[in-house]
This record gives sequence, structure tokens and C-alpha cells, in this order.
Amino acid sequence: MQRKENTTSRREAILKIFQGAGLLSLGGLVWGAFLNKASVSKLSLRPPAAVEEEDFLAACIKCGACVQACPYDTLMLAQPQDNIPIGTPFFIPRITPCYMCVDVPCVPVCPTTALDINKLIPSDKVSTPENMDVNMSDMGVAVIDEKSCIAFWGIQCDACYRACPLINQALVLNFERNERTGKHAFLKPVVNPEICTGCGMCEHACVTEKAAIFVLPRKVAEGKAGNFYIKGWEAKDENRLNEESKESDIKGKTTKKSYLNDWEELIDE
Amino acid sequence: MWLRRFSQIGILLLFIGANKWGWNILIGNLSSAYVFETFYLSDPFAILQILLAGFILGADVLIGGLIILLIYGIIGGRVFCSWVCPMNIVTDTALWLRKKWKLNEIQFHTPINRNIRYWVLFLALILSVFSGVAAFEFVSPVSMLHRGLIFGMGFGWAAVAVIFLFDLLVLKNGWCGHVCPIGAFYSVVSKYHWIKVQHTVENCTDCMECFVVCPEPQVLKIIGKKSGSINNGECTNCGRCIEVCDDKALKFIKREKIIRRNENE
Repeated sequence: MQRKENTTSRREAILKIFQGAGLLSLGGLVWGAFLNKASVSKLSLRPPAAVEEEDFLAACIKCGACVQACPYDTLMLAQPQDNIPIGTPFFIPRITPCYMCVDVPCVPVCPTTALDINKLIPSDKVSTPENMDVNMSDMGVAVIDEKSCIAFWGIQCDACYRACPLINQALVLNFERNERTGKHAFLKPVVNPEICTGCGMCEHACVTEKAAIFVLPRKVAEGKAGNFYIKGWEAKDENRLNEESKESDIKGKTTKKSYLNDWEELIDE
Repeated sequence: MWLRRFSQIGILLLFIGANKWGWNILIGNLSSAYVFETFYLSDPFAILQILLAGFILGADVLIGGLIILLIYGIIGGRVFCSWVCPMNIVTDTALWLRKKWKLNEIQFHTPINRNIRYWVLFLALILSVFSGVAAFEFVSPVSMLHRGLIFGMGFGWAAVAVIFLFDLLVLKNGWCGHVCPIGAFYSVVSKYHWIKVQHTVENCTDCMECFVVCPEPQVLKIIGKKSGSINNGECTNCGRCIEVCDDKALKFIKREKIIRRNENE
């Protein structure tokens, strides 16, 4: 195979360079756009002790060790049609919830700390797999659709409440008088989002056709009040006010306090 | 040839066995594996992408990646491609069909440059930095295949089928020889690997059989011209040329022999 003699003219060379650069940037744009789109699907529930979704997507090497460790086959690796970044582990509670194994076998096997045992270690304990507390996991938070939850209709159902591994803590029943019948009680389930681990056993147990209680990733489910609101009845939050005013003295910026005190500037002149 | 298939399928079987029947020899997949429940082996290319994406990895997985990097980079060269990678079975099947259906004769020229894989590699690394995720691992049909075979395929079949058809109808050795950045990565890091194909020009009869059978014929420049080893990192050490050579002009050698030969000269 004799190569023909190198007779590329300058014009050809310049053309080639631009062709190459064009193809390269085209490929980069398409590929980059795909990555961008793929990594914004934030509705996936991750295994216990998963780091923040953004870090998780960077860290997960997609080896499936957690999936193999899961004794209930709860965890799956995402396939192209799942609309979740391919190869990352997730679970669908309505199919199989997380059964909250006390030894959390899925976490220590993770080679890349995308599942980080430190997230399950109580602050007063040493960071070893034996000290993991599965109840510290934060896979998501359960949300109730009161319109389709039959307990809110007045029908007695406590399926989710009974299924909750943190019964009476993560999920409590509120008793209320049913004014419609005048002689019955509502047994309304209420989630405590600070304790709920997002295991999804409630969603799995829910008797309605499409679950009226379901787990969402915490970031999706929760709102945010913003820094301007301070709980004056909580010492810690009230403290924030003092710290903030100190800062404002230095920076001379408008803060919560000055907004409340210097009300003059709010009045039109 | 059959040794190669045995190795590829055997490694896959160990993974599948771990998932289905609870063996503990190799747990995980080709991205990262837990060996005998004592230590890890990891894909250094995936690790490089993760590091570039800005995630600091633990020692376990870094050591695992280093072991693989040493095995391939220093000892074996691109043996991953020809002895481990399951995609190679797919593309070799396409190649076999190409030969059987005489498609090679219709399409004689290969219109795409083999260096495109280095650009794909370059893009994968750059995009990992900018997107904050391991760019190639997000789209890799190779990972989709080995992961799929172990954990369930889904529409991953489609990606594999695309590669198969590409290799069969569009370009001979298209994926492995032109596009795949994993091969490019191992080509780069295994520049000084030890196990190489050795050519003895005195025995060569210029039959050109090795050129016909080689998936990366550009590495065979010295054949029929002078004795020496195939030093190009793009050689996958698949051994096809050795198998096809009837003149004892090709064989595998280890590094020590190369050194000794050089000293003799």
C-alpha cells in the first residue's frame, strides 16, 4: 500500500483544519447537549446514602455492585428506555420498595463513594460499615395526594401507616371528626418529612389504583422559604438575625433587619 | 482465536454468575469489579472521566484503576479490546459476515480516518470537564452491552445493533478500529507495553495473509521489510496474524527478549 505523495496545498490544508474543527465542535455540541439533557432528569430515586444527585451522576461508575448486593432486587440499573441516566442505579417503590436492611448491604460495596457510608453514620460513631444506621438514609420523601387518598374521604384505611418502618414517626395518623356523617372519624395519614427516609413501603402498600402516597426526591418535593423569613420563636434562627445585622454593618447592604427598620425607604417620596 | 472467545465469554460468565447465582469471583461489571470480595478492579478510562468531572474518588477504586492500567498499559497493550471486550464479539461477527457476503469487495476504501477515535477520546475528556459527568460512560455502547448482559438489556440492544450494522454495512472494523475511545485510550497508555508481536523477516514469504486478517493493518508496517516487534499501541495483540502465518515469521514475545535482542544487535 503505497501512499500517494504528499501534495496538499495550503488552501487544502486550511480547509481541512476548518473541516476538522467544524466536525469536532458539531460532535461536541450534540454530545454535550445530550449529556445536559440526560443529567437533568431529577425524578430518579437513588439507593440509600447516595450523595447529592449532581455529584452522584459524576461519581457513579455504573458497575452495578449495589444492585447485586440488594437482597430484594429493589435496585435496578437504568436502561436506555428508563429516561434516567443510563447505567445508574435507581428503584421504583411501587414495584419494589427499599426494605431498609439493617446492614445496608448496597452501600459499602460501592467502589466510588457515590454511595457514601458516612451519610449513614451517627455523629457520635466511628465510620465503619457496622455503625451504619439505615434510618438516617434520605432517598426521598413521601408525599400524599389528599384528593385520591381514600382515608381523606373518610374510608378507614391505614395501609401506608402500617407499612411504614418508622410508624408513628415518619408517618402519623391524625384523627379528625367527620362532620359529614357526624359520628365517624377521619384517620388521615400525615408525613413528617424530617424523619421520612423515602423507602417507599407506603407507596408499595397503598391500595388505590395509582398510589395516593408516593415518594419524590427531596429536592423535587420540598419548597424553600428563603433567607428573608426568620422563625423568631427559635433561638437558633433568631440568632441568624443578629449575625446578619453584624454583616450588614460591614458591608452596608440592605438585610432583613434594615428592611424591617428602615421602612422609610419603602415609601415613595 | 477460540482462546480469545473463551477469555471474552469466560470473563462475562463470571460477572453474570455473580449476579444470577451469587458467585464471588467477579462482582460488578467491566466498569468496576469486586474480585473475590477482597479488592477492586476498575476501568481507568471511566475513572479518568470521573476525576475530570470533578469528583474526588476513594483509594479503593483508584488502586483498582491503577492495577488495570498497569496490566494493560505496561504488560498487555490493547488486549482489553481483543481478549476482554464483549463488543469485540459483536464487531467480529459483523466482520465475519462482511467476508462471507463479500461486502469488502463492494466497498474497498475506508472513507473514515482511523485517528477519529483520538478525537472522540479528546471530546470525551473535555466534555467530562464541562458537563460534570463521565461523558463517554453516559453514551458508551460497550458499557451498555456488558452491563446489559449482566443486569438486563432493555433498549441497549438498539445501541449494539447500531454498532453491528455500522460495522457490517458502513465501515469495515468501523467501531473498534475507527471510533471507540476506549481503544484509543489503551492505544495511548500502552505505548510501552511488554507483550508484543515479533516479526522475523528472514522467515517471511510476503504472502500478506497477516495484512488481510489484521483489524489494524497500519501497525504492520515492518512486515516483510525488517525484523522487530510491532510497537504501535494500536495493535490489539489479538494474535490473528500469528495464527494465520505459516512461515513462523510472527510470534508473541515478552519485553526481556526485545531488550536482549537489541543488546545482541
